[in-house]
Amino acid sequence: MTTPVAPPRAPAPPKAPLFGKPERKAVLDPLWDNNPLAFQVLGICSSLAVTTRLDKALVMGLGVTLVTALSNLLISCMRNYIPSKIRIIVQLVVVSGVVIVFDQFLHAYMYDLSKQLSVFVGLIITNCIVMGRLEAYAMQNPPWRSFLDGIGNGLGYAWILAIVGTVRELLGSGKILGYQIVPTALYDAGYVNNGLMVLAPGAFCLLGIIVWIQRSISGYAEK
Amino acid sequence: MLASLIAFQDASNPNPNGIGALVGLTLRNLFVENILLAYFLGMCSYLAVSKRVDSAIGLGVAVVFVQFLTVPMNWAFHNYILAPGALAWAGLPDTDLIYLEFLTFIASIAAATQVVEMAVDKFSPKLYAALGIFLPLIAVNCAILGGSLFMVQKNFTFPQAVTYGFASGAGWALAIISMATIRWKLRTAQVPGPLRGLGITFITTGLVAMAFMTFSGI
Repeated sequence: MTTPVAPPRAPAPPKAPLFGKPERKAVLDPLWDNNPLAFQVLGICSSLAVTTRLDKALVMGLGVTLVTALSNLLISCMRNYIPSKIRIIVQLVVVSGVVIVFDQFLHAYMYDLSKQLSVFVGLIITNCIVMGRLEAYAMQNPPWRSFLDGIGNGLGYAWILAIVGTVRELLGSGKILGYQIVPTALYDAGYVNNGLMVLAPGAFCLLGIIVWIQRSISGYAEK
Repeated sequence: MLASLIAFQDASNPNPNGIGALVGLTLRNLFVENILLAYFLGMCSYLAVSKRVDSAIGLGVAVVFVQFLTVPMNWAFHNYILAPGALAWAGLPDTDLIYLEFLTFIASIAAATQVVEMAVDKFSPKLYAALGIFLPLIAVNCAILGGSLFMVQKNFTFPQAVTYGFASGAGWALAIISMATIRWKLRTAQVPGPLRGLGITFITTGLVAMAFMTFSGI
């Protein structure tokens, strides 16, 4: 693992430590080695449309982290009672319940932002990261570990989203979080914002390049 | 010709449900506002399934079918049950159930997918075998839920909702089938190791999206 790991808590009780090795792995692994966006190719669906500005990307990353963590926790608590035939429906209902709470919260406290995110908050329900983690992790693991796994995967998604959002906002409109970064002197000298960055094709190409960089460093290649 | 048809769909057009306006809506959602290339919906299954042309065609057809079914269905749910004041026909004009929208939509989509799966299994086992795992996976395809949510956001009338359901599904199918054929060619290309697979697919999709954007200029 290339990510720096916090030193183990010295007097960890032998029985189910709160932050034992599997717990740390659950959080740190998805941040780099097993990144849901770059490595497992999950959750691209809603990630690109919200990254034209950094603040939208941050709220979206936060939302996905919360939804993944909470629904992981809930499903993991119920995992022994869900009949396997209807598990997808049960998972969808739990996830949409959590998403409804998050959506109502945005409506109440960040109305402008929730208008701009429009349908994409609702689309967290079908975000493959959430469903993928429920299927692959929460159905087999105890609640606390699943909760941490949800946090880890959500953050692994959020930091890539933040990078894409920063680059697109900086190159596309010369601002970060709404503050002008590119000096006006540069515009006077003939600098022009790259309009392609705020459009769809720019997002696709940018994500392709980020995947390329991430994989060059981590040394992973398909086939 | 194409431009005048697309312009037909403007809000200023007095008859949004006329044939011309609906054809314009179809063309707009097939090319200009393609649900995958302009709104990024349904990327997960798009990336996973576009490796082979035949499975891309199968999934594309299935998505068109489910989308065509669920968008009008959710239109009815929204307009007769969930929207503020929609329950007036039942004597409850003050009820606002809009917060149940996500839950209702996803449940109706999951149910519709299940029904389609059983129907296909019963009437055409051959097609069922060909579609295989893709049919149940449609329930978690963002393009389906996204289509229904866009339908609410854009305040469509019923004929528009039917047209939109078909057109957005067909636009998705168009994108995945064309991508599958491009990836087929890419197999023999010399791509640098870390860029292979996911990376080059994204960049190619970006180029395809750029090509589709030119339709908005006419």
